[in-house]
Amino acid sequence: MPTLTNLIEHYNYAVTIFLMMTGLYIVVARGNMIKKLIGLSIFQTSVYLLYIEPGKIIGGTAPIIDPAFTVYSNPLPHVLILTAIVVGVATLALGLALVVRINEAYGTVEEDEIFEKDRET
Amino acid sequence: MNAVLPQLPALQVVIPLIGALLAAFMRRGGPAFVLTLAVSWTMPFIAIALLLQTLTTGPISYHLGGWEPPWGIEYRVDALNGFVLVLVSVVGAVIMPFARRSVGLEIEESRQAWFYCMYLLCLTGLLGIAITGDVFNAFVFLEISSLSSYVLIALGHDRRALLSAFQYLIIGTIGATFYVIGIGLLYLVTGSLNLVDIAARLGSVWPENSRAVVAAMAFVTAGVSLKLALFPLHAWLPNAYAFAPSWATAFLSATATKVAIYLLIRFYFSVFGAAIEIDLLPIGEIVIALSIAAMFIASLIAVFEKNLKRMLAYSSVAQIGYITLGIGLANQAGLTGGLVHVVNHALMKATLFLAVGAIFYRAGTVRLDDLAGIGRKMPLTMVAFSVAALGLVGAPGTSGFISKWYLAVGALDKGWWLLVFLIVGSSLIALVYVGRVLEVVWLREPASGISVAQEAPPSLLWPILVLGASTIYFGFDTDWTTGIAGQAAKDLLGGLR
Repeated sequence: MPTLTNLIEHYNYAVTIFLMMTGLYIVVARGNMIKKLIGLSIFQTSVYLLYIEPGKIIGGTAPIIDPAFTVYSNPLPHVLILTAIVVGVATLALGLALVVRINEAYGTVEEDEIFEKDRET
Repeated sequence: MNAVLPQLPALQVVIPLIGALLAAFMRRGGPAFVLTLAVSWTMPFIAIALLLQTLTTGPISYHLGGWEPPWGIEYRVDALNGFVLVLVSVVGAVIMPFARRSVGLEIEESRQAWFYCMYLLCLTGLLGIAITGDVFNAFVFLEISSLSSYVLIALGHDRRALLSAFQYLIIGTIGATFYVIGIGLLYLVTGSLNLVDIAARLGSVWPENSRAVVAAMAFVTAGVSLKLALFPLHAWLPNAYAFAPSWATAFLSATATKVAIYLLIRFYFSVFGAAIEIDLLPIGEIVIALSIAAMFIASLIAVFEKNLKRMLAYSSVAQIGYITLGIGLANQAGLTGGLVHVVNHALMKATLFLAVGAIFYRAGTVRLDDLAGIGRKMPLTMVAFSVAALGLVGAPGTSGFISKWYLAVGALDKGWWLLVFLIVGSSLIALVYVGRVLEVVWLREPASGISVAQEAPPSLLWPILVLGASTIYFGFDTDWTTGIAGQAAKDLLGGLR
């Protein structure tokens, strides 16, 4: 039973890892480039959760020193993930821009069709 | 001058960053090139000043914004990353004059300023990874250099360049995210992001958190190995190098993978190795096994490759195998050999890819069959090419021989005779693919397609000749390369627990 209680108490990590694997699976299994990018975004988002969950303490506030509060959440993971979100947005934007250009050049965004067209030429 | 000197570590990263912004505003290729050239030629002075300072007075610690580490971000320069900074900035400076004509031919006028902007951003990222002492800062720089290198590759003239850039983006982002997961676990265990501080705290928390630390090490290894193209995580590299603009291939092959190798060495030796009994884990054996696979399999693929650029790209995967072999050996001679090969391989591959760029500039093709007899049309370019190619094999008198000598000595120090034979055997495979190219370009009658080709213009020729000469120079005068690499290896191994 301890394993099960452990799992229930840390259900948020189970969700994080589920999202992580879902994202990675979509990237690997799908041939459609847009879907690949969506999978990549899910994968990155799960990592945002991985950072933020341990930083948040239930009942904790922002770390502003005030006699009324004694429990504070760790602000650093939140700040790090703010940066990581910006990086993720930039990656997604660049990826989509590349897909637009690929669509213009090949007329499709399906990987197997693209390989087919390259083999013909 | 006294006001500037203490700020050199920050300037090393800030100057190319501002240069990138200005290059984007210039809009036209000509002025953007002049600006980029000025920035590229400034960087080596800063890097060499930093390296000399650390060699005389020990590691430099620069506190960004005046915040004390481990709270603030620290830029830390020691012999190892001073060495990497000099390598990246010198390669950038030497090959920059080549860019004007090569980029002018391969990229349309309206995009040239963006090309230089992306190059400067990539330089910012690579120098940033090398100089920073903060693991999350390293991730941000890793993404700056990666995002800009995806664009550099996508600017290639073939439509397959777009596809290669997209595939690299997917794999590169997975690698970077793995790295973030790894440092996230390290942060959970130690509560710090500063490399030195993590190493100091990891030792005491390691016994009760060994699973998290091993997972962190696995994630960092896998993530960084994707970036440095350790076999079998190299799938992105051949196409990306083959379809990128010639100049971008030369720059990325000489610097991007090398900086990722630096990051791996930093984590293995300065963080994990310094804090925990790393011998308990079979990490060295895994790295050595993958390195040997890279040396043989990638070399064999190169033997059968018809496109010269792709052949050299596969050869890069094999040569990275020699470098990681040195990391896996983890003794004085082996690690020195790996570090020396970082420099020697960077110089050789830059020569080779620039020569291929010059061939493309004059002949308009890089297919081996179309290049029969090109040596008679472009003798100086092809002499430099041949010298660097023999360096890949490890012929005596070239710098490649020095690196392989140290690696072989490192293997002997461990008593692994078989490994010495494997190093020699894989070099013989390299001799096959190099010999195949040399036979085609020198001994065959010139093909009809290249009858109008002639020697490359001076701005293309000089960088090739300078880099080609360095292959021979570092084959004889090894004080500089093996001296600093030996010092860095000594520092790293001395810090091991």
